[in-house]
Amino acid sequence: MAVSVQPVFERPKVLKTTATHYCAGCHHGIVHRLVAEAIDHFGVQDRTIGIGSVGCSVLLYEYFDIDVVEAPHGRAPAVGTGVKRVHPDSVVFTYQGDGDLAAIGTAEIIHAANRGELMTVIFLNNTTYGMTGGQMAPTTLPGQVTTTSPYGRDVKVEGYPIRMAELIAMLGGTGFSARVAVDTPQRVLEAGKTIRKAFGMQIEKQGFAFVEVLGACPTNWGMSALEANARVSGEMMGYFPLGVYKDITVSA
Amino acid sequence: MNNRLFVKGNEAVAMGAIEAGCRYYFGYPITPQNDIPEYMSREMPKVGGFFLQAESEVAAINMVLGAGAAGGRVMTSSSGPGISLKAEGMSFMAGSEVPAVIVNMQRPGPGLGGIDASQADYFQAVKGAGHGGYRLIVLAPWSVQELYDLGMLAFDLADRYRTPVMILGDAMLGQMKEALIPHSYHRPADLPEKDWVVCGKGRRNHANVVKSLMLKDGELEAHNWHLHAKYDLIKQRETRCATDNLDGAELLVTAFGCAARIARTAIDMARGEGMKVGMIRPVTVFPFPSEVYLQATARTPKVLCIELNNGQMVEDVRLSVDRQADVRFYGRPGGTGSLPTPEELLEQIRKHYKD
Repeated sequence: MAVSVQPVFERPKVLKTTATHYCAGCHHGIVHRLVAEAIDHFGVQDRTIGIGSVGCSVLLYEYFDIDVVEAPHGRAPAVGTGVKRVHPDSVVFTYQGDGDLAAIGTAEIIHAANRGELMTVIFLNNTTYGMTGGQMAPTTLPGQVTTTSPYGRDVKVEGYPIRMAELIAMLGGTGFSARVAVDTPQRVLEAGKTIRKAFGMQIEKQGFAFVEVLGACPTNWGMSALEANARVSGEMMGYFPLGVYKDITVSA
Repeated sequence: MNNRLFVKGNEAVAMGAIEAGCRYYFGYPITPQNDIPEYMSREMPKVGGFFLQAESEVAAINMVLGAGAAGGRVMTSSSGPGISLKAEGMSFMAGSEVPAVIVNMQRPGPGLGGIDASQADYFQAVKGAGHGGYRLIVLAPWSVQELYDLGMLAFDLADRYRTPVMILGDAMLGQMKEALIPHSYHRPADLPEKDWVVCGKGRRNHANVVKSLMLKDGELEAHNWHLHAKYDLIKQRETRCATDNLDGAELLVTAFGCAARIARTAIDMARGEGMKVGMIRPVTVFPFPSEVYLQATARTPKVLCIELNNGQMVEDVRLSVDRQADVRFYGRPGGTGSLPTPEELLEQIRKHYKD
């Protein structure tokens, strides 16, 4: 008897078969998949251009089968601006970490959002500089020990963790700003929908779309994958509440 | 299109760029080059191009990187402090082989310095402003007409060699007005196709990646040798230099850009006094016309190098002649009142001609 097999779970078309270099328990792999699913969903692989940044995700082009430009540290939104102006019908996304986006690239992200650049920004906030080995990030939580805050982040000296999704939501050119997490299966599904929404906003020319994803960095946090996941669910969400902070397609 | 126009140098370089098909400009205001972004903001929309005033020079050069990587003919302009900020982006563009044109209307430094004419950014331009050991093609115009002509040529050189090209002007050239005869741009038929740009994969069976990170074993070294070979090719093919009265000269005077204009007047005065003075004016300062100096000094072993700085190009002159000539220097390092007069340079020519 012939058995009909229907696939229920496949590798997104946009993702290559290359094994990633990410550490066990790192959330980049999940977020890459969600971005790839969004590109597949809209069928725009042929006109999508990724802007890589400096950080753990710098090797983006090894995993995504799309055209990619590698930007200097923090400059992805500026590079994306240049790309988008030459190819206005392309789908441009940047993929940036917290050091890249919220420290060295603060000016570029604020102004790209404020101009309403038609691009999608995926911001992975894991409260540390992953690639350079766990230094203090602009999103490092108060008291958090890192290799450059060995006594814990002292807010009197180093200031407070920046809530980027809220900040970006305040700017005139922003069409969509949200914060999601990928610490539970349900939240992965929610994050997928949000990232899809952020690509849809760009494709429908609705303005700058920003998705902050809370991510785990077990290696630099000195935790097991499960402990790191629990830190996202607990401590991180306490300071960085999930939610949609701006969506111009929904009337108040 | 052959009317004589009376235009500013800053406008001439922008006019040449648009005529050559530049359709993207990203910049940030800084004296003495503000006429360039102002002109671009006014004229780009008329030709279907795009102008954007960026939040900083850093952002501007990275927009240029993006637009160049996407295949556009793109330009930015700035001066001293702004060029320093663009150094990071220029290094990335050299490494990832992105063509673009960068104009530096030099002002004196260091730091904020001043806003007058200067040639103090020679080292920065020809030795590579940013990190990692790379070269820019550097064009050194000396007139409004040359700003226009080289402004056009810069885009062809950038595309031909997939490399950033700098136009090294200064406050005097940018701000002064003189006659310009505009002419039509003719795209060289042999310019390579831009099959490497990011534009979306489309029907290509491979993705295009524009990057400078090379981590695989041997990958970066091979890439650097590739860049080196490219720079050698540029030296062979693209060295440009203007010479005058080299035969029988007792003294060679050399200068580039606006210093060469003042020197030109002084040389004419010296000839009026019966002195046999030749002139060498590099039009490209990278590649540097070393062979011209080597040949000229075989016959005339005395050179006076004049610059609006403390002595920068003179080092390349000395390297070029390899001790076969006596290379002397006269310069003024910049600031208000620091521009030498022709009489002042004539005095120097008299002095060095004699001893």
